[in-house]
Amino acid sequence: MHIEAKHLTYVYGPGLPWEKRALSDVSFSIESGEFIGLIGETGSGKSTLVQILNGLLRPTEGTILLDGSDISDRKVNLHRIRAQVGLVFQFPEQQLFAETVSEDVAFGPKNLGVPKEEIGKRVDEALLKVGLLPQSLRDRSPFTLSGGEKRLVSIAGVLAMRPKVLILDEVTAGLDPKGKKEILARIQLLHRVEKATIILVSHDMDEIALLSQRILILKEGKLILEGSPVEIFTRAQDVRSAGLDLPTLPRILSDLRCRGFQLPTAIFEIGEAARWIRKELFRAAV
Amino acid sequence: MQLSDVVTIGQYIPGDSVLHRMDPRVKLILNTLLIVLLFFVQRVTGYLFFLAILLALVTTSHISLRYLWRGLKPILFLIAFTFIVQLLFPTEGQPLWQWWIFRITDLGVWKACFMSLRLALLVFVTTLLTLVTSPIDLTDALDRLFSFLKVLRIPVHEIAMMMTIALRFIPTLLEETDKIIKAQISRGAPLDRGNLFRRMRGFVSVLIPLFVSAFRRADELAQAMEARCYRGGEGRTRLKEMRLHIADLWATVLALLFCAGTLAFNWMPYRWL
Repeated sequence: MHIEAKHLTYVYGPGLPWEKRALSDVSFSIESGEFIGLIGETGSGKSTLVQILNGLLRPTEGTILLDGSDISDRKVNLHRIRAQVGLVFQFPEQQLFAETVSEDVAFGPKNLGVPKEEIGKRVDEALLKVGLLPQSLRDRSPFTLSGGEKRLVSIAGVLAMRPKVLILDEVTAGLDPKGKKEILARIQLLHRVEKATIILVSHDMDEIALLSQRILILKEGKLILEGSPVEIFTRAQDVRSAGLDLPTLPRILSDLRCRGFQLPTAIFEIGEAARWIRKELFRAAV
Repeated sequence: MQLSDVVTIGQYIPGDSVLHRMDPRVKLILNTLLIVLLFFVQRVTGYLFFLAILLALVTTSHISLRYLWRGLKPILFLIAFTFIVQLLFPTEGQPLWQWWIFRITDLGVWKACFMSLRLALLVFVTTLLTLVTSPIDLTDALDRLFSFLKVLRIPVHEIAMMMTIALRFIPTLLEETDKIIKAQISRGAPLDRGNLFRRMRGFVSVLIPLFVSAFRRADELAQAMEARCYRGGEGRTRLKEMRLHIADLWATVLALLFCAGTLAFNWMPYRWL
């Protein structure tokens, strides 16, 4: 699904003393099947932007086109849009409510009016996609699961709607390293195997750098930087001015360069970095 | 739309006016005085004087009338209802119009106007109080004012603490509700469309997570309080000591003058005007 945002602006509480401009004049486009990393500090407007993409908020100004149709139009059927653009909120496990896992996962497709026989199929399929075994989980209460499992179940709840675009807002927040890795691997699989368009929202550069094909950086509601990871990481100054830091590897290399190591700018892989550092150490020794 | 734009219960607007700075205890007492006074007013002249005082208060508070109007909006229905009941079912007066069981009398019209005006002013006064006083200050003031009840073994401090906590969590829970509603809507929950029954069923998906989270928060708060050795009011000192200032004295004097003035205008024979 092709997404095109033109001059998006969003203002919270217009005319009130706590009026806040969350987005101003944001434009970008996302191709079908792309993996986008959306990054910015807390309060930079990331969450507002994804809610606009999902049709939950109507932009104060600007338009947003999904496959050419304008969803900021008042007449458009938002229900259909929400089925195509799946949004996994921050801490999605806090929205679990049903008695059993399968009922909870079935909530989305049921609301969409999917026939009963198909719902069961979709539930199993969604659980498998996030790496959970339907047989053992289906009839358990979601409240008895571990934190990581709860999160996976709630992601399955969105996947069961079979969205063409999947937006994940801070999906690894509060998980342990193992849980984080697991979830990111599942997302990568969804992108590669299902060819889903994915928008990963985070303030963790490492996470974004690892998976994204293209990165959008927001600062104070403005889109200040856009490009492939390689392009972005060669502009350390701009990234830092957005209140963010480079991913670990480019950061270490950039620090080494400051200490006199002669390293090329385009190293993005740990083995390559090790080779160059060894070479430099050898040069220093001679 | 955000939920917090709609709900304005106990909405405090920070500011630095005299009304903001006054001792909350004095504010509470004077507010009660104004409310009692409102019930003594029977005449147009009295109301006009009262309204003038109120507008003067609003001006000193630097709060725009729009907020007061927002506070009034939720009970407009109640005011309208009072007006209609008073208008159509009067107990006295000369009938002006009659149909079936309905009757409109001259005194009825007056009374309907008076009653709804009284109700509106009542809300107006209380809204003003909550706009210039933070909820925490208010419950603190209640705690202090009613501390004499401790003699009767009524746990005044604990009740005030419970109120403080409840008030403190209104915005938090509102934010949370907002988030859960959005999340469920994005999963296609029929919260913003369909008939009433469908919507009600959809709300289960909001209420359960909300309850779960409220219990979780309560548990966390209780643990945090216990970790800080909270044992209730016994021997507890305060972060903000309440002290009476000269402004409070002036306010009290003025309020008493207002009362006298309102009553004077109210009982003044018409021929003096």
